[in-house]
Amino acid sequence: MKTRILGFVALVAVVTVTLVALFVVPPDRNQGDAQRIMYPHVASAWLAYLSFGVTALAGIGWLWKRDLRFDAVAHAAAEIGVMFTAFAIWGGMMWGRPIWGVFWQWEDPRLTTTALLLALYVGYLLLRRLTDDPERRATRAAIVGIVAAIDIPIVHFSVEWWRGLHQTATIAAPDRVLNPAAPMQFVGTLLGTVAAFTLTWLYLMIRRYQLARAEVAAEERVRLDRLMSARTPEVAQ
Amino acid sequence: MTDAGFVIAAYVVIIGGLALYTILLWRRLDAVRGRDDEAR
Repeated sequence: MKTRILGFVALVAVVTVTLVALFVVPPDRNQGDAQRIMYPHVASAWLAYLSFGVTALAGIGWLWKRDLRFDAVAHAAAEIGVMFTAFAIWGGMMWGRPIWGVFWQWEDPRLTTTALLLALYVGYLLLRRLTDDPERRATRAAIVGIVAAIDIPIVHFSVEWWRGLHQTATIAAPDRVLNPAAPMQFVGTLLGTVAAFTLTWLYLMIRRYQLARAEVAAEERVRLDRLMSARTPEVAQ
Repeated sequence: MTDAGFVIAAYVVIIGGLALYTILLWRRLDAVRGRDDEAR
């Protein structure tokens, strides 16, 4: 019931911030209407970081405690993280074409490291399909999830470390948290979108975790059924 | 394509994608729980 309420609140929040971003906030003086894409783009990028961070932490949890609930959390976060990374890339491309003149540029470190992040976690999800043994799968996935998380700070700080098309952080840099390089109505809408998307992320995480647990339980039942049917002829003899 | 076209393309895919993923997640959850009930 509480999860349903969370889902309803997240839905109302996402609809509200989308309407505000599209119809209430004025267009940017330099970028025009294309700047409206920044709201879901930045929120999606933040949730990609959060998701893959959770995947890595849950992987550490599995390796440490050997509790499959950690693996279910890692799996849920990775799948949702892949979706938000794809949204961040798509939003960036739709913004980049009118503002930069190109959808994509491989020479840009932020774009390239983000594409690598997507590939790493798609690989993580594919790796999980290689074995039916839940413990072996959890261990392999945990190692990949932890190693792949090294790319998260590289993506984030790539705009500070190397030169490219992508601008530096507008608000999420240590010296800009209290002094963002954008008017407050834009920053407020951005933070509202981040909050609404984060609520949605939390709801999806709970549901995807429930699905992961149910899938593992179903796999376990199938394995027990096979064991039982294999032993039945022996007993009959 | 105009700026508005790019804005629409971005929002349709992101908000529509979120909605589609949520609906598919519900369906996957219902399917697994349905199999669970049948097994019992």
